[in-house]
Amino acid sequence: MTKEVTYENMDLLRFTTAGSVDDGKSTLIGRLLYDSKAIFEDQLDAIEKSSEMRGDENVNLALLTDGLKAEREQGITIDVAYRYFATPRRKFIIADTPGHIQYTRNMVTGASTADLAIILIDARKGVIEQTCRHAFIASLLKIEHLVVCVNKMDLVDYKESVFDEIVEAFSAFASRLHVSDIKFIPISALHGDNVVDKSDKMPWYQGASLLFTLETAYIGSDANHVDARFPIQWVIRPQSKEHHDFRGFAGRIAAGVFKPGDEVIALPSGFTSRVKDVRTFEGPLEEAFHPMSVTITLEDEIDISRGDMLAKPNNIPEIGQDIELMICWFSEKKLQPRGKYLIKHTSRDAKCLVKEIRYKVDINTLHKIESDLEVSLNDIARIQIRTTQPLFYDSYNKNRNTGSVILIDEFTHNTVAAGMII
Amino acid sequence: MTYYHLSHLQQLESEAIFIMREVAAQFERPALLFSGGKDSIVLVRLAQKAFSPARIPFPLLHIDTGHNFPETLEFRDKLVEDIGARLVVKLVQDTIDQGRAVEEKGVNASRNALQTVTLLDALEELQIEAALGGARRDEEKARAKERFFSHRDEFGQWDPKNQRPELWNLFNGYKQMGEHFRVFPLSNWTEMDVWQYIAKENLDIPSIYFSHDREVIDRSGTLLANTEYVTVQPNETVETRRVRFRTVGDMTCTGAVESEASSLSDIIQEVAAARQTERGTRADDKRSETAMEDRKKQGYF
Repeated sequence: MTKEVTYENMDLLRFTTAGSVDDGKSTLIGRLLYDSKAIFEDQLDAIEKSSEMRGDENVNLALLTDGLKAEREQGITIDVAYRYFATPRRKFIIADTPGHIQYTRNMVTGASTADLAIILIDARKGVIEQTCRHAFIASLLKIEHLVVCVNKMDLVDYKESVFDEIVEAFSAFASRLHVSDIKFIPISALHGDNVVDKSDKMPWYQGASLLFTLETAYIGSDANHVDARFPIQWVIRPQSKEHHDFRGFAGRIAAGVFKPGDEVIALPSGFTSRVKDVRTFEGPLEEAFHPMSVTITLEDEIDISRGDMLAKPNNIPEIGQDIELMICWFSEKKLQPRGKYLIKHTSRDAKCLVKEIRYKVDINTLHKIESDLEVSLNDIARIQIRTTQPLFYDSYNKNRNTGSVILIDEFTHNTVAAGMII
Repeated sequence: MTYYHLSHLQQLESEAIFIMREVAAQFERPALLFSGGKDSIVLVRLAQKAFSPARIPFPLLHIDTGHNFPETLEFRDKLVEDIGARLVVKLVQDTIDQGRAVEEKGVNASRNALQTVTLLDALEELQIEAALGGARRDEEKARAKERFFSHRDEFGQWDPKNQRPELWNLFNGYKQMGEHFRVFPLSNWTEMDVWQYIAKENLDIPSIYFSHDREVIDRSGTLLANTEYVTVQPNETVETRRVRFRTVGDMTCTGAVESEASSLSDIIQEVAAARQTERGTRADDKRSETAMEDRKKQGYF
């Protein structure tokens, strides 16, 4: 089925880029943006001027993404930068994350909303520790699609053998991860080989260019349309004459499909009812699915409020207070064993107690560390918590939306950890 | 098998509605910062959608510099009446009269920076916990680093190096007394998305977005409207040109572009072909390389 793509029905791909210092990530992003005309003349003028002032040899495309004064001064990316571009086929959101070891937290943040990850490898250096770290984080955050770009092919004379060795080394490592779709592309971001168009320098490479790969990556089957989950965000009660008895449950469908007549169960109460209608501002819908924001009304008046969840009686989520998590620690203040934290999960807020720190993961070797259980900034660890109220959850691998939590410091209110329910 | 698919605009809409509802649920007293510009018009439509069939459960707040285009104010009042929203207007002039801010001097004097004082005063007076704004990450390099939920300290300041990480769709709105949040539901929208949405929803926008004849002054490449707030310099001339505005700001610092675009579809074509960013016409951003970051740190929009 071919359908003409217009701006109205273009779809969206969110991807993250990870690479080490100097592997040409900024150049690659700069090229994607420039070739898709997402860089404007005044932006280019501005960075040309500042590159000149800084004494940079070439126009420093990194200045496009490094927007903060401190970043420009230090020549490093501190924070996740979001960039936008479109081709006639698709819209793209790039979460550009810095690759240094101390910025695991930024990589995790960028990866949390990504459908696809680009991992950059310098052809001269091959698979290094950082590459493994990036791939591990992508798989931990359940990014289903990896595109491994072997960059700087121009500096290894576009040799097939160099590419093949890297493919083999990466594949060996990746066999220990859970990623279903990995593609490898030999590129030169500087010269544009295989970035937008296929390069004639590497006739041995049979695959597609990077941009074509991004435009055609099929993400339609990644969303969970089976396990219906509707966390209630807000109860709409107009209290107007016209809508006197209206009581609508507003939220964004976390997974699955809801339609009028569906039997639903409200959690935690356990009461069941039927969906009267599923509506938006435009009116009632025949059905609604993830990730639509809708308002659901029910046939019966049952007590439901923010933090509750609608599901189907024959398919309910796990309900519990003792929860196993993989976490990435974000705070300079170490994780307190037996410490208490605020926790956010779907639209539910609770508190939790850290009952046990089971092990840490060495993100370079994937080995478990059980001898040292001190969880510091950027550490990945498996912990067990007990929450003050039951959560209605699925494993993160089954559903990103109902399987993810954040932990918040009770006093500073900083977000101190990202957690994935096991 | 049915193919469950949302277009990118539908996804952006759903995301923004989700954010609006989080704001209503997580904060006792939110407000929507309304400027009469296209982004805040889209924001109002999204707020209507988020809470329909109920009314928007928070007021619109307009910080009026006194230098707004009259077309913008007319538009504002009509919109508020049409949708039955509550509007609160705070005047920069009052802030000046109270001696809490001093008018800039010189040729390029503008009340742009003064707005911050009025805005922070208003947020404090009305005890606003979350101010929804229409800023987008694609607009400007400092804004590219913004969070959806952007924390402000008790002085209303932004600390860009020390922001809370934002993961999945879990938004941390916890704060201390006296602190507040700026919330940006359109973070992931581009200028093109905004225009496409306005066209799709058939939203009214102020007339100055469309091509019209206007007396302008060419000041170092920026076409400023000839009004009582702009002093013509000896080397400058006033001429009538066919122009439109790509952003709606103060008459003192918002430049026009020469354009024949008289309909939404003309504008969309123009945006698609544009080689300058929309803020390329904003003199307030050109004051220094980090003008936006500096102002944002102080508490600007």
